[in-house]
Amino acid sequence: MRSLKMPSVEFFPSLAVAMLLGALLATESRVIGAAENDHFGIPQVKFINQQIVSGWEDAGLKPSDPATDAEWCRRVYLDLIGRIPGLEELQKFLSDSSSTKRLELVDRLLGEDFIDDYARNWTDVWTTVLIGRDVENEMVSRPGMRQYLRRAFSKNIPYDRFMEELVTATGDNANRKNVEGFNGAANFLSGKMVENGVQATAKTAQIFLGMQVQCTQCHNHPFNKGKQNQFWEFNAFFRQTRTLRKFGGTRDIQWAELVDEDFAGEGGNPEEAELYYELRNGLVKMAYPVFVDGTEISHTGYVPRTLDTGEQIGANRRRELADLIKASPLMPKAIVNRIWGHFLGYGFTKPIDDLGEHNPPTHPELLDGLAERFREQSFDLKELLRWIVLSRPYALSSKSSKGNQRDDPALGEKPKFSHFYLRQMRAEDLYESLLIATEADQSRGSEEAAKKKDEWLSQFIIAFGTDEGDDATTFNGSIPQVLMMFNGDLIKQATSTGKGGFLDRVASSNLKNPAKIATLYQAALARNPSSKEVTAANDMLVARKGDAIGALQDIWWAVLNSNEFIINH
Amino acid sequence: MSSMFSTPDGMDRRHFMSHLAGAAALAAPATAFTSSLLANATDLKKRHKAAILLWMGGGPSTMDIWDLKPGAPTGGQFKQISTSADGVAICEHMPLMAQQMHHMSIVRSMSTREADHMRGRYYMHTGYVPNPNVEHPGYGSVIAHELAEQVQNLEIPPFVSVGSGSIGPGFLGMTWAPFVVDSNGNVRNLDMGIDPTRIDQRLKMLATIEDRFIAEKRGGSAEDHRKVLDKTVKLMTSKQMEAFKVMKEPKELQEKYGTTGFGRGCLLARRLVEAGVPFVEVDLGGWDNHADIFATLADRKLPELDKAMSALVSDLADRGMLDDTAIIWMGEFSRTPNINGGGGRDHWARSWSAVVGGGGFKRGLVVGETSSDGKEVVTEPYSSQDVMASVLKSLGISLETTFTAKNGRPMKIANSGKVIKELFS
Repeated sequence: MRSLKMPSVEFFPSLAVAMLLGALLATESRVIGAAENDHFGIPQVKFINQQIVSGWEDAGLKPSDPATDAEWCRRVYLDLIGRIPGLEELQKFLSDSSSTKRLELVDRLLGEDFIDDYARNWTDVWTTVLIGRDVENEMVSRPGMRQYLRRAFSKNIPYDRFMEELVTATGDNANRKNVEGFNGAANFLSGKMVENGVQATAKTAQIFLGMQVQCTQCHNHPFNKGKQNQFWEFNAFFRQTRTLRKFGGTRDIQWAELVDEDFAGEGGNPEEAELYYELRNGLVKMAYPVFVDGTEISHTGYVPRTLDTGEQIGANRRRELADLIKASPLMPKAIVNRIWGHFLGYGFTKPIDDLGEHNPPTHPELLDGLAERFREQSFDLKELLRWIVLSRPYALSSKSSKGNQRDDPALGEKPKFSHFYLRQMRAEDLYESLLIATEADQSRGSEEAAKKKDEWLSQFIIAFGTDEGDDATTFNGSIPQVLMMFNGDLIKQATSTGKGGFLDRVASSNLKNPAKIATLYQAALARNPSSKEVTAANDMLVARKGDAIGALQDIWWAVLNSNEFIINH
Repeated sequence: MSSMFSTPDGMDRRHFMSHLAGAAALAAPATAFTSSLLANATDLKKRHKAAILLWMGGGPSTMDIWDLKPGAPTGGQFKQISTSADGVAICEHMPLMAQQMHHMSIVRSMSTREADHMRGRYYMHTGYVPNPNVEHPGYGSVIAHELAEQVQNLEIPPFVSVGSGSIGPGFLGMTWAPFVVDSNGNVRNLDMGIDPTRIDQRLKMLATIEDRFIAEKRGGSAEDHRKVLDKTVKLMTSKQMEAFKVMKEPKELQEKYGTTGFGRGCLLARRLVEAGVPFVEVDLGGWDNHADIFATLADRKLPELDKAMSALVSDLADRGMLDDTAIIWMGEFSRTPNINGGGGRDHWARSWSAVVGGGGFKRGLVVGETSSDGKEVVTEPYSSQDVMASVLKSLGISLETTFTAKNGRPMKIANSGKVIKELFS
């Protein structure tokens, strides 16, 4: 974690802040950024820019100015590695005068220096996607899931392999000391196999194909082409799969094992292993595994084996499914849409995991084109991320102008990406950002730290009481979130004046008061205070009657509670 | 700390703080804080309309609760019992509610189309099917928006959701978002633990930063944040927060509601409505009974529901609050008449029951009818919109009310649902 280290006490007050002040002043006055044709020589970025610009032209929109370097830097840290930049990191970027510094920063954030941060962030994102926020499913091990994801993102395994590992996983879902057979990827499905795996069916289609099939479990979809047989034919791929409860000699479930077993079929003939489902009118129908594009696979329910005669029989239905997903044009589209939504605030469709025909995308050519390019690039996720964060729409200011204020998806308009759309940090981002801004914890990224974070996050989770484990978060800008930011333990910790802590170091530095105040602003907001804010801060110093650290604490509290801090802009 | 900032004798900390916070409120006029202290209990108990939604997350099997089909192949295991309402019979596992049915009416002719949890939740809460371009407000936000004015100086949020996230405020904005608390009424992180004057100064500093960012016209969420800050400050300084202390109720009454999460939630709902909150949603999940439905209902779900719901109805009636408080009981849909191989029932939206009562509703009725196997509604079918329109009417809210969505499109309240006329005399 060398690169994360904050400046030492001796170094930071005098030198770093002075440099930072200068750098901020310099960049705020001249807006530099992606010029009209600046695509860093990357053809995929050029493609994104062309498509987006032609969307503006069609809609008669004028894009906002580019974001300042400091704004862009904060944004790219938040979205790529799930936290704001530390003081030194920001300073380094701002004082760099190279014309390719944005490209260089992105490559560094995606490179070895930040590998732990990167893996932690995408582990957080995908844990929620794959197993939700709710912690109360005994067939799921969050640590096991995370362990798998951290490895996957540290190694940047290609997306098709990632999907395949999740969809075909077998093994123990939790890592037990000195015992072989652990496979954290098993957690994606281990908690979704009840009732013949209807959840496994629905989530696999939704996440990896952008198809919402859950409604068709019971009936043909009223609004799109989804048919009930499609659900059950897809479900048939999961009928060899079971989750075994493991007690390890105790009375409680200790872990779960995901296995593939022969499926005898509901008619009892494993060579023709069918399943039955019921139509709404009570008629019963039969289904074999058929992929969403109509591709059928063998009807056998046997898992692959070699008979004594040497004959090979059987088929692993989930493996066949993974191969079909890999080849499907829907797989890259679904992931491109999800990733675009992560960075730009809105996907090409809403919701991002519904690419059905009834829900046309806002930029179909861009979506298709990016999906193709992603496939050509062997599904390298980091490449996809790189194209998007280096694109022009990602580099625009969030300040809207007369020429584009009507481009506001919050008003129900289809997004045209003519300015950067505000969005609140995720709870995970906030947590990590507070640790960074205050250098509160050195063990970031460890499983122990992740558990601590889980505990903190659990206060925001609301479960909906369904078997599907649907959940939501109250970390959504509502009162409980503000109360937590006002008064919660995490904020008390972040604003602590304890010896050796962040505030103590700022207070005891030899900086003048205005520079101390500026340090707080830069650490949290990546900008200097306005003159009005300096006045307000001075009032605070007067009110605290010379208790400088007390005043800094109040200012720091206010900065961390501001809309500007919590909103990714 | 200088002694001039210490708490004056004879004033408790919160009281003192609320005086000071008056001056510091980010936007609200100072009088809002001081005047609230003058409002005494009688003012707050002045008659006001309210609604309590008992939300049954997961989709309860209404043909095992409110519309039994004994003897039919689809009828399941339960018998029906007569109730305090003439000719109205309900499930044998609801004996306490059976004594309260003269206060409630069953709509047995609900027929909807959304049988996915999230879609059904959205539709039954808003009266609209999910739409990618607009987010509609749900019951809580709509009713809070329409009725918040009736109680002056209401400092606690007008829409409280107990144990569930409900549905967001949609285009009405974060001001009308549900305030989510657990069923014990615990509100976390209420106390900053520092001197009120200093809180005041912090809030001023914060307002300076907020204003600057809002002025840069970056989007609505910057302003929304500010509005929620204001509400939070109000709440931190409000004596009305007492209403959340459900454990202060007499032990016997707590036991009558049941010492379950849902029981306490219902008791909390009554306290909140008493304090002037116009809308409370209480969540009881666990109805997604794809397997082993009869044991689950008989042993766990129905006793918990029966105890809490009957206690709520009778408590509101005893206090003379029932005529002003509408109660709605429903889930996102119901469950298949056919019993599946695992002894459960799956999702079903085509024919089911919702229950309403109190408020301006006619009570002790059964509205509508399903076929002998429960698979069809044989009378006029009613939708989410119709129930919503009826609830609004029972509270005296005009059905001519039209909202303007953020995109400028007019949105008729309750999606132009039709009032279920049998529910009104």
